[in-house]
Amino acid sequence: MNRLVIIIHLVIIGLLLGLQFVLPPFHHGMVARIMVLAAYAVGYNVLLGYTGLMSLGHAMFFGAGMYATGLAAFYLGFGPVEAFLIGLAASIVLSILMGLITLRTSGVSFLIVTMMFAQVFYLATLYFNRITGGDQGLILTGRLPPIHLRTLDLTVADPAVKYNVALVVFALCFLLSLWLVRSPAGRVLIAIRENEDRTRMLGYNTFAYKLLALAASGALSGMAGSAYTLLFSYVGSSFVSILFSIYPLLWTLLGGVGTTIGPLVGTALMTYLVDIASGIRAIKDSYLIVVGFTLVILIMWFPSGIVGSVRARWMRWLP
Amino acid sequence: MAALSPLLQTVGLQKAFGGLQAVRSVDFRLERGEIRAIIGPNGAGKTTFVNMISGRIRPTSGTVLFAGRDITRIPAYDRVALGIVYTFQIISIFRNLTVFENVALAAQRRLTRGLLSGLSINQTVLAEQVTATLADVGLLDTRGQGAGSLPYGHQRLLEVAMALALQPEVLILDEPTQGLSPDEIAGLVALIKTIARNATILLIEHNVRVVLDLSRRITVMDKGSIIAEGTPQEIEANPEVQRVYLGG
Repeated sequence: MNRLVIIIHLVIIGLLLGLQFVLPPFHHGMVARIMVLAAYAVGYNVLLGYTGLMSLGHAMFFGAGMYATGLAAFYLGFGPVEAFLIGLAASIVLSILMGLITLRTSGVSFLIVTMMFAQVFYLATLYFNRITGGDQGLILTGRLPPIHLRTLDLTVADPAVKYNVALVVFALCFLLSLWLVRSPAGRVLIAIRENEDRTRMLGYNTFAYKLLALAASGALSGMAGSAYTLLFSYVGSSFVSILFSIYPLLWTLLGGVGTTIGPLVGTALMTYLVDIASGIRAIKDSYLIVVGFTLVILIMWFPSGIVGSVRARWMRWLP
Repeated sequence: MAALSPLLQTVGLQKAFGGLQAVRSVDFRLERGEIRAIIGPNGAGKTTFVNMISGRIRPTSGTVLFAGRDITRIPAYDRVALGIVYTFQIISIFRNLTVFENVALAAQRRLTRGLLSGLSINQTVLAEQVTATLADVGLLDTRGQGAGSLPYGHQRLLEVAMALALQPEVLILDEPTQGLSPDEIAGLVALIKTIARNATILLIEHNVRVVLDLSRRITVMDKGSIIAEGTPQEIEANPEVQRVYLGG
């Protein structure tokens, strides 16, 4: 089973790699976007699915990556790689800091406290609009120098580069989360999700493990935010609003909470659903009705999400 | 020659929940290698007392000493690493995980040195330890099953297996025979005797036959205090104990 699990994950990455050669331009860009957002959902799922902590403030970690990268590129002239690393560092620092404060709570309190801090982050991006550009945001188009890979010059605005950078970021998050949840430390995280008191009485400092989970979750979310900025050349406060904290929750629930593949499936499905629904003329502006209706159906028939249901019925060994 | 300090000792240990004095100034000694039973009527403070030893509850005042060292301020999870292991009164296993995973979580703790070493411990060594422990308690055949699907008696054995995998110095068993059939009780008593070869055991138990079978010394608690301590004969003859149990 061990090898099969790894093969399945590699096949998924392989399929995404091959997809770029058959997709028409519109869907090509769409899948690139989905992969970056799915990386965000993968990060979210480490905390919700494998540690049992529901956050409603993950937009601040996505945002930490986004703003650190964007501001470094916009004001300091950082190249893509340096800006990406700054974004990653910022999201790790923020998530550890937030963890030290918010992990004193659990359950509904954790949900509310994380949401409050994310709102502080959101309002700060509006308040300091001279620097951040507020809700207008900052456009980075033309400001990012190409990435030099030996003899290759890669410009992120080029669709093929965009697609493959998105794929690398997604694959990195995807495989990191797989490795983490299957490691002995991941086993402890799952134990905390199932019964924290028992885990503590097995000798584990559960606070430290939850902090590790939050840092990992924040780092993956931040990487996604950072990549989003680089690939779509934009930083804006709409990406740190409450909606962007709710999205990864929905994507994860839809795809299957506590499954490594679920976040990708959920993100892809929801993104296409929104796209198709908003394209139908009769319901143009009320596409959220279609989204809501789909969610109701899924929750009635697939309460553990799509991949979660598949696992429950046919593939119990899936991580 | 200076007297060796007992393996476990409490001095003036006290716990109040609001106005309720659950445990009042208890002085207690447990020697290495003992199987000690704590008995007493419901609400005597037995579970609260052992919870202060395991660290799940902080005492209002008093100290807990382990091998002469003050551990009163040490958190519960670090006491487990010292060798003080508690099994829950109400069966507490990871119902959604397999039997193997349950024991692996305990065995893994012995192999973990710090948080990040949990990312890279040797899975083969771990699997060997889990298999050995499961064989000791007779649950090897169920290793792949979900823990929640085990019959009640086997869940209790799994709980003991988890404690065993932690390689305890002191094993605290809180009413381990509760809800078990006579056959299962006999099996568990035999298992506890085997464990006692390598560990000191502190047992809260209501079943008199189990207590007499296992322990040479008994501590009796009532209303938060120790009212008697001694051999089974001494305890039986103690007028205070008779008053508590027979309501005389």
